[in-house]
Amino acid sequence: MRAVRLTATAATAVAALTALSACTAKSDAKDGDAIQVTAADSTCDTSATSAPAGQVTLKIENKGSRATEVEILFPDDRIVSEKENIGPGTKYTLTAEVKAGSYEIACRPGMKGHGVRQKLTVTGAGASSKRDPKLDQAVAGYRQYAQDQADDTVPLAQKFADAIKAGDLEAAKKAYSPSRIGWERTEPVAESFGDIDPKTDTRADGLEKGQKWTGWHRLEKALWQDKKIGAEEKTLADQLVSDLKDWQRRVGKAEITPTSMANGAKELLDEVATGKVTGEEDRYSHTDLADFKANVEGAQQAYELLKPVASKNDPALTKELDQQFTALNGVLAKYRTGKASSDFVSYDKVTKDQRKELSDSVNALAEPLSKLAAAVVK
Amino acid sequence: MTETQGGSPSRRALLGWGGAGLALGAAVAGGAVAMAEAGDDLDPAADAGGAVEFHGAHQAGIATPVQDRLHFAAFDVKTDDRDAFVQLLKDWTAAARRMTAGKAVGEGAYGGLAEAPPDDTGEALGLKPNRLTLTLGFGPSLFERFGLADRRPAALADLPRFPGDNLDRSRTGGDLCVQACADDPQVAVHAIRNLARIGFGTVAIRWSQLGFGKTSSTTPDAQTPRNLMGFKDGTRNIAGTETGRLKKYVWVEESDTDARSAWMTGGSYLVARRIRMNIETWDRTSLQEQEDVFGRDKREGAPVGKAKEHDAPFLKAMKPDAHVRLAHPDSNDGVTILRRGYSFTDGTDGLGRLDAGLFFLAYQRDVRKGFIPLQRRLSAKDALNEYIQHVGSAVFAVPPGVRDSHDWWGRTLFSEEA
Repeated sequence: MRAVRLTATAATAVAALTALSACTAKSDAKDGDAIQVTAADSTCDTSATSAPAGQVTLKIENKGSRATEVEILFPDDRIVSEKENIGPGTKYTLTAEVKAGSYEIACRPGMKGHGVRQKLTVTGAGASSKRDPKLDQAVAGYRQYAQDQADDTVPLAQKFADAIKAGDLEAAKKAYSPSRIGWERTEPVAESFGDIDPKTDTRADGLEKGQKWTGWHRLEKALWQDKKIGAEEKTLADQLVSDLKDWQRRVGKAEITPTSMANGAKELLDEVATGKVTGEEDRYSHTDLADFKANVEGAQQAYELLKPVASKNDPALTKELDQQFTALNGVLAKYRTGKASSDFVSYDKVTKDQRKELSDSVNALAEPLSKLAAAVVK
Repeated sequence: MTETQGGSPSRRALLGWGGAGLALGAAVAGGAVAMAEAGDDLDPAADAGGAVEFHGAHQAGIATPVQDRLHFAAFDVKTDDRDAFVQLLKDWTAAARRMTAGKAVGEGAYGGLAEAPPDDTGEALGLKPNRLTLTLGFGPSLFERFGLADRRPAALADLPRFPGDNLDRSRTGGDLCVQACADDPQVAVHAIRNLARIGFGTVAIRWSQLGFGKTSSTTPDAQTPRNLMGFKDGTRNIAGTETGRLKKYVWVEESDTDARSAWMTGGSYLVARRIRMNIETWDRTSLQEQEDVFGRDKREGAPVGKAKEHDAPFLKAMKPDAHVRLAHPDSNDGVTILRRGYSFTDGTDGLGRLDAGLFFLAYQRDVRKGFIPLQRRLSAKDALNEYIQHVGSAVFAVPPGVRDSHDWWGRTLFSEEA
């Protein structure tokens, strides 16, 4: 709304400003002025460290040798706005509506990793309530974890899809479970988008009237129960990969809060309690234990990131949680058949008594885990 | 609708009666006995859904007039940490103290932090105490843990295998148990559910059983409730007011104990058996045979040749394999147990038959002198065996009562203090 362009922004001008302030440009952008962002392979120079609330404009130039990505980030690393795939030597103007508060501008050379960061303070009325930097750090850490899981999953899903498209039943079966690990670890994030999970992870009984069955479990049934791969399965394999790429793109924008992290950890255990312990999740392949383990790992990751705060507010709870994570992981370890994430005993070989033991261990962890959110916000 | 006591919402609210019941119970050591004196059906506290005193020399739920509903749960211990287990017993005691008084567990079912699940699960809000009693027992397998091997009483004997037993492992045994009895089923279920929740990580439910109708009375002169076969059984049960018979047959005396079992003084031993009835075949049995099998008439429950259910039976008038004749103390060297069983129906069994029967609960001073000799005899000869099958079994040492607000369940076993 108050957009006025700062046009004195040739690289030379940036250089001049840099020289004046003896480092990266450190002036305040005036109302509506654009901020120059000069991205290179290991630097990310910005022409201003503050800007008034409203429309903020970044004039980006990639002077590096690799494609880059530039983002405006909330303190917990949620993306306010971004531009991906800015090629070497190209320019792009990014505008975003930004409220008062503390932000960072990130350049990610190679479009990967933490990137190079610069502070950006947006001034004005309506500043958000005080934030706890420890919690912002926890959320940022979790978002990075979720992104890593998505980034790792896409090639594994591609491998799964390639095997299906090659009509290789055995190779496809082998690739099925590994392709799910990253998803299962961070399922609450994926589910928060609403539209991806129904396409990728719906079970036969979860279909709504008129809903077409797509995703992993549809393919699981084809591979294990029908034991054949047809044209339909090949199409669905491609669709799965493209849906997962959608997920991968959206992780950065997911609404993640300390409370949603804690509740997400509990929800992962709920997933285990209702779907995996019963053997419903992977009813054709019986690879439930790999999903089980991934759910627990994801919950533990969220917990570990929140622990610095939670242990201050409720040390008895974190002591209990440490014990119960160890205990459950110990029980799961008994079913390992190899070192890979998906190397577990087939769930149809797990006896009723053993399932009871697993279920008891899940309850033992999930009950105290349900108190984590309160310990974080206390 | 709710009163706040100790910062927590109360279930007892609404009714002055709850408080009255409590006062009545508190007035006499062992509220159960006090209640019994008031008479089962006539008891004003019972009418009003009042409370049974939790504290006393003996645990409530044994001599207490039998409530209408049961939820019984057997637990396995999941920790090797003795301190954690003792803490659970203390936490359970605190929760039981509140629930039996009609109060919500912990900080209640609402009004706390929005981000946290409430302490109490909430389904008993607005319900009266309904004479809820919670009775705790320790199974033989508990004594294999926590260095308790030399504290297992000899009277807590493992049950032998009886002829006809067809025990389902998943309905048998347990390191400990809680018997929840109340006049409202939701109050009983709420109690077990909340104790199980508090116990996650320390204990886990091994099996549990709902009972919908009492089959015994511990109230003198009251009619004996009928079992699912349509008969009154155990008409000469020990009443909560019969101090002499309770002392003789139910409560563990100091003189019964030794160094191993001194902690049991004031306690009792519980045998639980899930007895499945072949309902459909029983229902096709002639009235004559049904009456012969029990040794009673169906209308009154009177023993053969007698007019009323409480008339003393003439055993020789009955068939040699009649149930009453075989189970009667006179046929068993005077063996007498306090029965507190409930009818159950857990739906159907997949073959279109009711999965129903009697969840038999019996308290005694020594299992070796109570249930074991009795069941040896019954399992060998009882005509009823054609229509029943024992499918679940457990035995527990039920420690003495929680004396006061500082005491806790099992203290005499786990603590050296007197």
